[in-house]
Amino acid sequence: MFKFIIRRIIQTIPVLIGVSILVFSLMHLVPGDPAQIMAGESAPKEQVENIRERLGLNDPLPVQYFNYVSDAVQGDLGNSMRSGRDVTAEIGARFWVTVELAFYSTVVAVFIGLIAGVVSATKRYTFTDTAIMIIALFGLSMPNFWLGLMLIQWFAIGIDLPAWVPFISDTSWFSPSGWGSFKQIVLPVLTLGTGSAAIIARMTRSSMLDVIGQDYIRTARAKGVKERVVIYRHALKNALIPVVTVVGLQFGGLLGGAVLTETVFAVNGMGKLIIDSIQARDFPVVQGTILVVALLFVFVNLLVDIAYRYLNKRIDLD
Amino acid sequence: MSHSTEHIDNTRTAVKSPNPRLKNWNIVFRKLKKNKSAVVGGILIILFIIIAIIGPYITPYAPQTQNLVNKLQPPSGDHWFGTDNFGRDIFSRIIHGTGLTLMVGFFSVLLGATVGILLGIVAGYYGGRTDSIIMRLMDILLAFPGILLALAIVTVLGGSLVNVVIAVAISSIPVFARIVRGSTLSVKKLEYIDAMRALGASDGRIIFRHILPNITSPIIVQATLNIATAILSASGLSFLGLGAQPPQPEWGAMLSEGRNYLYNAPHVALFPGLAIVAVVLAFNMLGDGLRDAFDPKTKE
Amino acid sequence: MTSKPNSYDNILEIKDLQTSFFTKDLEVKAVDGVSFAIPKGKVLGVVGESGSGKSITSLSILRLVEEPGKIKGGEILFKGENLLEKTEAGMRKIRGNEISMIFQEPMTSLNPTFTVGQQISESYIIHEGLNKKQAKQRSIEMLKLVGIPSPEKRINQYPYELSGGMRQRVMIAMALACNPELLIADEPTTALDVTIQAQILDLFKNLQQELGMGVLLITHDLGVVAETCDYVAVMYGGQVVEYTDADTLFKSPKHPYTVGLMQSIPPHDHDIEGDLSVIKGSVPSPAEMPIGCRFAPRCPFATDLCRTKLPALETDEEGKQIRCWIYSDEWDGAPEVNIHANKERTT
Repeated sequence: MFKFIIRRIIQTIPVLIGVSILVFSLMHLVPGDPAQIMAGESAPKEQVENIRERLGLNDPLPVQYFNYVSDAVQGDLGNSMRSGRDVTAEIGARFWVTVELAFYSTVVAVFIGLIAGVVSATKRYTFTDTAIMIIALFGLSMPNFWLGLMLIQWFAIGIDLPAWVPFISDTSWFSPSGWGSFKQIVLPVLTLGTGSAAIIARMTRSSMLDVIGQDYIRTARAKGVKERVVIYRHALKNALIPVVTVVGLQFGGLLGGAVLTETVFAVNGMGKLIIDSIQARDFPVVQGTILVVALLFVFVNLLVDIAYRYLNKRIDLD
Repeated sequence: MSHSTEHIDNTRTAVKSPNPRLKNWNIVFRKLKKNKSAVVGGILIILFIIIAIIGPYITPYAPQTQNLVNKLQPPSGDHWFGTDNFGRDIFSRIIHGTGLTLMVGFFSVLLGATVGILLGIVAGYYGGRTDSIIMRLMDILLAFPGILLALAIVTVLGGSLVNVVIAVAISSIPVFARIVRGSTLSVKKLEYIDAMRALGASDGRIIFRHILPNITSPIIVQATLNIATAILSASGLSFLGLGAQPPQPEWGAMLSEGRNYLYNAPHVALFPGLAIVAVVLAFNMLGDGLRDAFDPKTKE
Repeated sequence: MTSKPNSYDNILEIKDLQTSFFTKDLEVKAVDGVSFAIPKGKVLGVVGESGSGKSITSLSILRLVEEPGKIKGGEILFKGENLLEKTEAGMRKIRGNEISMIFQEPMTSLNPTFTVGQQISESYIIHEGLNKKQAKQRSIEMLKLVGIPSPEKRINQYPYELSGGMRQRVMIAMALACNPELLIADEPTTALDVTIQAQILDLFKNLQQELGMGVLLITHDLGVVAETCDYVAVMYGGQVVEYTDADTLFKSPKHPYTVGLMQSIPPHDHDIEGDLSVIKGSVPSPAEMPIGCRFAPRCPFATDLCRTKLPALETDEEGKQIRCWIYSDEWDGAPEVNIHANKERTT
């Protein structure tokens, strides 16, 4: 196990290097001269040249890359072109917002997805199963930015419904924007979590069906174990093993999905920071934020792999 | 005795369908036809293709025609899906956008799949160093979660629909490469591939004549499902203002405009979103059905 | 025989059991009118090729047949009470407590995510209301009983840490945990190496005698039957074709199928799934059962009567049963069919 962890960590090193090269290239592939952008279009040549010198843009690319990485390792990701502030500080203020958003969404997705998947599997081929799977298919096929808008429409703005419609739509329930209070958190979390909930539900269902057909489930029944206990203790524990990987990947994926959700709900997280900075052509911030999100994703995947390995150890037959 | 019956059986099936591959396709097609969800998905896709081809000729309004007097009208007999902030007919714009959406989905997958398949097959077939270099590169691309890689690429290339196709294609390369590599490894183990090599067949011939035809099923399934994801990503990028530029009737971009009118004209955001859901749903349904149909474990 | 309610001579008596599998437009009769009895403390072997319905019969007893399978009719009398009339909760009290079951595949029959101890303890916790600590103590004793060395250590291990033989011992420990009165063992040694098979079988015999329980042993291995069983039911095509005590069966088998089985035993290998060269053809699929005697298409003595009419299971005065026209008054073939002719020639 320890060996595996070490090996897995060593394996991520080339990925980290690759990610940093890619992110570094980003700034240099973008059309236009960053120094010119920083100085402003009408700035005199000397000033542009000064900035270029200061940023080290005249150095050969490998030197620039090396400087970028060694600065990044020390927590220095350069300065924002727009505000002049430290990129690390810009990100730092928003890092936890995105992590929170992704984390809450994962929790909600796991909760809904697991229950839906287990119910679907135990009631296989019934109306309930079909209904859950159709809803999941919709959840999977919905653009989350659209879902977000619809939720805002329904729960934060309110629509006039004829009296006979048995639904309630009210403006006061949730807030359409921002992050922090419960009212603000609910809608973005639902928006971001729905797709993952659908994926987890489908995964759980097929994993449960696999497990329910196994011999050891019959053994448990033959022992006189209650059906509920057979499902939730004997079957679910095994069915969860493949689901763990999916959950981990989902958490990572949600970090990316947060870009859209944060934009829709005006949540000041890393996703919105990326979009705002792209629009302002503030490339050091784009670069730094993408790097941080990618690193976070790699780290999460590392943890998931280790967890999966740990859980899976027991079912290795040979 | 049992020997001879076996022999007869073999020859009989051999006479029935000389090409075993053809026989498998028949089974897959039969299974697919029995899968209601897949059939619905397939019909929907055909319907959308028809709409994309002939729709633009029969829409009640031109997609770009502005009519500021009639702006932000709710759905009515004249404007089935209402009008947007420029008074353009949303229904007509959605019809005109169908082709854009399908083409973005199709071409980004075509491009991404082609590159991914080549990389995956080369990695799986040659193994060793080549394999680890290619797969490490794929790992690097996979380190960017969800839409982030496409976002970064579009940032570099600049916002346009073509660049969105390229960005989405690049971000779908690793998925295909991984799947194809896995399948190639399992096909490579088959004895007849060794036999081919012993007979002096070139690598190219073995790869294209013998390995590729044997790994088509996972590719088809993945491609179908990936069109769904590609459409979602592309519309997302357009929604963020990084893809299709106004006045193109791209659904994601239309949604983005509708965002500003949630208070007084909710239909502007509603219908383009429903259109996206319908197309993506159709590809997901067909993809799920294909996966089951190709799975030898599912019964006919 | 006394027939007071709740007094019984047979720990288990199955009468005309019918279990079918239903697909959209088809009913497949996997078990079609099976009857047999197990006297208290005796071992009954149920023999037959795969597809004869023996495993479904055993699952029917515990009412563990899974969808789309369903028990359609008949009676399963356990200690004189019909299990088919019990509630699900009532059945749960019996499963693992009064009737236990051991399955064929020790590799897959243990839950990979629970320790050996947790899995054995569960029976004690459910049926005897013990707490975890007491249950663990009893589980250790049980592991000792089935001959697992250093049980205190083994009890905390996961199935993947055990060999196939060890796992089957754990399965036996689990099954015997609550001193069942009836043990159903479905091919308990088939998946094991030959040497391990013998060990497990010995253990099995000893424990059976020690604990005095009734055993239903399903096997396709006549060697196992010869060594362990008091009675034998031979199954073919979802029905019992011959039921008798083990001695009689081996000395003078009556049904042509039984005779065929005996003759197909190779000298060193008792496995009848292997090469059934003596009996031509194969078991009919339950979906395409012959209308007459199910064995008729493969029977060397079959007549038109056999091919058109299903013989009944006749019981003689000693309680031995046979389902064959040869032994009935209606037999229309040669009057002196000597079904042992082949055997005598070869031996």
